[in-house]
Amino acid sequence: MSQITVLLSERTVDHSPDASFEPASRGMDELLEGEVALVSRVCHGSDPAAARRLFDLGFTPGATVSKIRRAPFGGPAVYRVADYEIALRPAQARTIVVEGTYAPSSAA
Amino acid sequence: MSHAHHGGGASVTAEGVSRIALVGSPNSGKSTLFNALSGLHTRTGNYPGVTVARYEGLVQTPAGQVVVEDLPGTYSLDPISPDEKVVEEILDPDDGIHPTPDAVIATVDATTLRRSLGLIAQVLTVGLPTTVIVTFTDELARRNGHLDLAALERALGVPVRAIAAGDPRATDELRAHLDHAAHWGTPLVPPPTAPDEVTGWITSVLDSAGYRVPEVDARTRRIDNVVLHPVWGTILFFVTMFAFFQVIFTVAAPVQGLVQSFFDWLAALAQTYVPIGWLASFLSQGLIGGVGAVVVFLPQIALLFVLISILEGTGYMSRAAFLMDRVMAKAGLEGRAFVALLSSLACAIPGIMATRSLPSAKDRLATMMAAPLMTCSARLPVYVMLISLLVPSEIRLGPFGAQGAVMFLLYLGGAIASMGTAWFFSKVTGRRQGQLPFYMEMPPYRMPKLSTVLHAVWDACAAFLRKMSTVILGATVVMWLLLSLPMPSAQRLQEAGIDRTDQAAVATYTLNHSAAAALGKAIEPVFEPLGFDWRINIGIISSLTARETFVSTMGQVASASDPANPGTALERMTVEHGPRAGEPLFTPPVIASLMVFFMFALQCMATMAVMRRETGTWKWPLIAWGYMFTLAWVFAFLTRLVVGALT
Repeated sequence: MSQITVLLSERTVDHSPDASFEPASRGMDELLEGEVALVSRVCHGSDPAAARRLFDLGFTPGATVSKIRRAPFGGPAVYRVADYEIALRPAQARTIVVEGTYAPSSAA
Repeated sequence: MSHAHHGGGASVTAEGVSRIALVGSPNSGKSTLFNALSGLHTRTGNYPGVTVARYEGLVQTPAGQVVVEDLPGTYSLDPISPDEKVVEEILDPDDGIHPTPDAVIATVDATTLRRSLGLIAQVLTVGLPTTVIVTFTDELARRNGHLDLAALERALGVPVRAIAAGDPRATDELRAHLDHAAHWGTPLVPPPTAPDEVTGWITSVLDSAGYRVPEVDARTRRIDNVVLHPVWGTILFFVTMFAFFQVIFTVAAPVQGLVQSFFDWLAALAQTYVPIGWLASFLSQGLIGGVGAVVVFLPQIALLFVLISILEGTGYMSRAAFLMDRVMAKAGLEGRAFVALLSSLACAIPGIMATRSLPSAKDRLATMMAAPLMTCSARLPVYVMLISLLVPSEIRLGPFGAQGAVMFLLYLGGAIASMGTAWFFSKVTGRRQGQLPFYMEMPPYRMPKLSTVLHAVWDACAAFLRKMSTVILGATVVMWLLLSLPMPSAQRLQEAGIDRTDQAAVATYTLNHSAAAALGKAIEPVFEPLGFDWRINIGIISSLTARETFVSTMGQVASASDPANPGTALERMTVEHGPRAGEPLFTPPVIASLMVFFMFALQCMATMAVMRRETGTWKWPLIAWGYMFTLAWVFAFLTRLVVGALT
């Protein structure tokens, strides 16, 4: 282990003490196509490295996300975050908790 | 460490030249920049101990030259895959595994600057002299975004340069800039890396650089509405993949046929004009045949990389992977592996090389292990011959010919075995490395650059010729030695009652008394349960150079008048000894078991050599050969039992 690895791998992106969802929030996978929301949390769960990667991909608390489209048959979905588009499988999208969703619109 | 260069020329060694590493996320224009800087002076290899390809280029600068290393694309220096671990290990001065570069060039896509600055923050923390290259500034302007480069340079504290597509002047300026790598500097205050601080830092950098977010690319949205549509997108995907396969299979085939005819013609020349028999045979079958066996792959590899780099360059590869992800996830792979497996239907060599487009080493390995099970075109002549022995052409199953149905079953069996293998290997390696989270950027549709396509083709072909030619040529020569030594003397032929002017008879006698025949007899106990005798074993040994060789070798073994079409001669062959002595050798159970053996066994040294080249170790080709041989033996044995019970 070296300096940068230690520095980056010791980052904590999820400060919530427990894994329980807050009442008014839901997983990003539950967004409808076109729906816009704010990221409230990236859950550590059992895989902190995956949470740190989602953070590095732009899923930071407070970031605006929208679901652009789904793949057929329950496959991945395309999300827009940090001004670009990225596909995630439902399992990963579920670890991102969103809140304050607003109605479908053509937000940037 | 970085000395300015004087003199240049041939005496320059890599020791005194400064090394600059290229860091950036996938789709950030990093490889385009690498190609523009280094031209064709590139070297590919592997990082020690990992399945990660290494690209290095020698760049001519006004003051001499520098080595530029194109690191694997990554979104973060906090690695979750072996490829990303390499990037982190190279950049980290505290890490003794790989030599640290003298300076770093980080590429950022101007249209995804907000996300990309996170990686920039991490790169700047490393503390090496750094230059940031902003790419796709022309696209940013087209989509009404804005970025003040001078202000960005002030905000980051390191030099910032922009490179728009196809601007040779910017590349020349950058070359000159490379000479001063030692003075690029590092920011006075390194950016934060703590999650709650880095977002604020990014926002402040974007604000001070006057960044205006580009509009959503309307063209991309419109195209995606069709391409990612559940119905139209799926249809388009299959049409695209069908066309892809057709090009690799049917466009490459005639070109390969021409290459083959050329080498056959050369071989015939050698056979005719070289007076010494053994030398003529060595030149025509060993040497010319071996070179031909290498060159014959080039049309397929070149075409494959033209197609793959177009699919990747346009952005369609991500869409295809998106559509196929659900299906491929069942085999533990991701959508992009589909293209590699599809290519393997033509030939496992380009298929294995196509795994380079997979970002994760785990998926790459699992796909490489699965690729040789897909029914490649070299199995086709073997299947055609065996099926015609097994099933009379007039038998029909409903509207379909029975021969076609058997062929379909063989393809299907290969595909199922391949997916099962991928699933198995991704489970095994996944347990050790942990499952990687799946994510895939969907870049805007872009015109692929001709230079990128040409570079991809050149790299693949050059690497294939450089690394593979010795192995394949060597193997072919060894095989020739096995199949034609010892040369029978005139006396021996006379004693055996063979007319020396009858070339077919001499060839059969030579082959049946060759080292390969001795080997075939030695391994008889291994293949006896499958119903193969030593003569079939000679065919199996010879098929290691290329599977289709089995047909002509069996023709020679059986002394067929037309070795390329040995069906009737094989039907006449009888078992020499043992309880079945005198009975036909090619009974339905034996033919079926032989087909199943070819379906599974890794009878291809070229595939093993390319696996060695792509993984950097002989371990994986040996594992592949071992598991495929075991599968082949077990299933061939079971097939013989089942077919034997039915007939």
